[in-house]
Amino acid sequence: MSFEPKILGFLCNWCSYAGADLAGVSRIQYPPNMRVIRVMCSGRVDPMFIFQALQQGIDGVFVMGCHPGDCHYLEGNYEAEKKFNMTTKFLSIINLDNRIRLDWVSASEGVRFGQVVSDFIEHIRELGPSPAGGKDPDEDLLVKLMAMEVAAGTDRMRALVGRERKLIEEENAYGEVVPEEKFNEIFDSAIHDEYIRARILLSLNKDPKSVKDLALEIEIDPSEVLENILILKGRAQVDMQEIVGITPIYMRT
Amino acid sequence: MAEKEENGVEKTRVGVFICHCGSNIGGLIDCKKLAEYAGTLPDVVHFEDNLYTCSENGLNAIKNAIKEHNLNRVVVASCTPRTHEPLFRECIAEEGLNEYLFNFVNIRDQCTWVHMKDPEGAYAKAQDLVRMGAAKATKLEALEKVSVNVNPTALVIGGGVAGMSAALNLNNQGFTTHLIEKEDQLGGRLRSLHKLFPHNLDASTLLNEIKSNVEKASNLTVYTSTTLKEVDGFVGNYDVIIDQNNNEIKLTVGAIIVAVGASLFVPKDIYGYDGRTRVTQQELEVKMKTDDVNAKNIIMIQCVGSRNDERPYCSSVCCMTALTNALVIKEKDPSVNVIILFRDLYTPGTDYEEAYRKAREQGVIFIRYSLEREPIVEEDHVKVYNEYIGEEMKIPYELLVLSTPLIANDDNKALAQLLKVPLEANKFFLEAHVKLRPNDFATDGVFIGGSAKWPVDITEAISQGYAAASRASTILSHDTLEVEGATSFLPELNKSLCTGCEVCIKVCPYKAIIKNEDDEIEIIQAVCKGCGVCGATCSQQAIVIRHFTNEQILSEIYAYGGREVQ
Repeated sequence: MSFEPKILGFLCNWCSYAGADLAGVSRIQYPPNMRVIRVMCSGRVDPMFIFQALQQGIDGVFVMGCHPGDCHYLEGNYEAEKKFNMTTKFLSIINLDNRIRLDWVSASEGVRFGQVVSDFIEHIRELGPSPAGGKDPDEDLLVKLMAMEVAAGTDRMRALVGRERKLIEEENAYGEVVPEEKFNEIFDSAIHDEYIRARILLSLNKDPKSVKDLALEIEIDPSEVLENILILKGRAQVDMQEIVGITPIYMRT
Repeated sequence: MAEKEENGVEKTRVGVFICHCGSNIGGLIDCKKLAEYAGTLPDVVHFEDNLYTCSENGLNAIKNAIKEHNLNRVVVASCTPRTHEPLFRECIAEEGLNEYLFNFVNIRDQCTWVHMKDPEGAYAKAQDLVRMGAAKATKLEALEKVSVNVNPTALVIGGGVAGMSAALNLNNQGFTTHLIEKEDQLGGRLRSLHKLFPHNLDASTLLNEIKSNVEKASNLTVYTSTTLKEVDGFVGNYDVIIDQNNNEIKLTVGAIIVAVGASLFVPKDIYGYDGRTRVTQQELEVKMKTDDVNAKNIIMIQCVGSRNDERPYCSSVCCMTALTNALVIKEKDPSVNVIILFRDLYTPGTDYEEAYRKAREQGVIFIRYSLEREPIVEEDHVKVYNEYIGEEMKIPYELLVLSTPLIANDDNKALAQLLKVPLEANKFFLEAHVKLRPNDFATDGVFIGGSAKWPVDITEAISQGYAAASRASTILSHDTLEVEGATSFLPELNKSLCTGCEVCIKVCPYKAIIKNEDDEIEIIQAVCKGCGVCGATCSQQAIVIRHFTNEQILSEIYAYGGREVQ
């Protein structure tokens, strides 16, 4: 049997959901692979939903909102884009970023709705089943997805995403506008760091480990593990359990 | 009768109703089987299929089932919530259930209508959607709508013909009305016009009549040389500061009408425009008013600066303006040659098309040019490639008249930001919906009429002024209003999570979130529109988006994915 992708769509009530209805009224035909969750605004789509959907084995996630400038809530779609970009950056670490898509469909674009949905379904069909999906999913990948969800949920990442537009377009508390390049640099390093920290925390949730064991599991340099352990200690999320020989063993607090 | 859910321990009892919608759904998928499938889902205690769930019979079936099975959640799988959710909400409310305990599943517009050649695929999709819908239903919570008082006073921004019409209409309905105009006198564009199509009424006659009505109006206060400075508040209760010659005046109003009109495009560096022998239609009308048109050869060029890449829209008034002015000139002196160079002529309706016929009868000559080969204007003649005969023509003129478009005002953006309403690509104001709500903004209590929305003629401006006033009166005529209950919310329990980072305040497009006197985040429910951006952004995930909570949305994701959740 050919692969039928399992696709989830988040549609904003005012534009894309209306466009989807119009596709129906116009009898535009497209493949039936996508299930829709209606939200009032694409800006409501918390990155957590996308990470959860992928952990559920869903093959592709499509977020749709109003065209830039057309948002029913003025600017919600710009916020959606920021959140989506962060999600994409995380997912690119495990090459799943091509399984999510953001697009704009207006209430009058019934034909276009059919096209973009068909196109996304075809794209996912070509990619094949998600390695996190099916009866026998890649457990390692699921752990990584979970770590991304945790990392994206940290107050640091959420605050960065929430402030991005203000910081780049207006100014920070010190009256400075942050250049986009500079912001991206900070943002990318935050993504990397928080992901590593989330991996450490999830691993220590299971059992206490040494820096060396963590480094092997996460496949990064032990010095980087140690650096992050110290930060997590500072956040009171990790503590040293004992020293075995000369090796400190860390645990979750 | 089912109890209202108040103690939170009542067992969830879901009823699922699958609508055939005649053959629209039932003709493609087996609705009976789908209903039976729904019956196997967690917490579903009643299921049935109806020929038309929205019919009297269908609604009664829902009511009976609520009584008989003590339902406290209702799911209808049928057309689309965008048209039918209000009906079903009302139906369950009549049976004593909170209207927010209803959930809609779209299996027609987004399923059977779009997968007509794939009944199996459509059925599988409908199954998933019903499962997801029932899952969300079990998580739904009763919500209350908030009631707000309405101040029966209106603010109209713009003293042109649309704004004056709106203000007079509201005044005549008995509402106290404030009309502000940024110029030092009322009238707007009407002040510069000469004859008004289609019946060549003197613009000044109409203007004087409207202005005298404004002066006589007892509930209407006019502020000239006045701009809007600040707006705060929400539908029924806007606190407004206006600025009249640097004096600030505070007003409180229940509704606001935007009727700021449009500006004239100045064709700088186009076709040798000089304001003397090469003028705009408006400048021609000023000349005509003072009887200062002596040219024997007049050429008019249409679509100057419009319907091109920079300004793709049609200004809608210029064809009729050119025809009217040509006719007035011809009437005065039939020997004057009037030649109109056009790309397309738009004269919709009965009267306007008549003007075109008349102009042809009077000997006005129409020559079609194309955007690819625009006319070339020389000192005393115009070279134009005539699309009809495929030849270049050289036509002499003493007066060249350019039909330029109305363009959005420079200060539209600032006003849009003050009012929190959107502009479209050409910087005109964007209504909530072109057909369903043509004179509303998405922001409750703010309305739009006239050329602020797109270029309209005087007749249309008056109609739209009335329309906006009528829409505003649907708010002003109420003592109180109910506003949406599905808003964002900071539960008491979550307050300790809040770190005061204020990201929510920054992302809220409606200023619905403030830091109150106790330095706590407070969400003003009457202002919140429920977009949910604050909840999706909140760094501590403390804000709950009612009716679209994390738990509710995740329940849909899990119901689709089908994996056990840790």
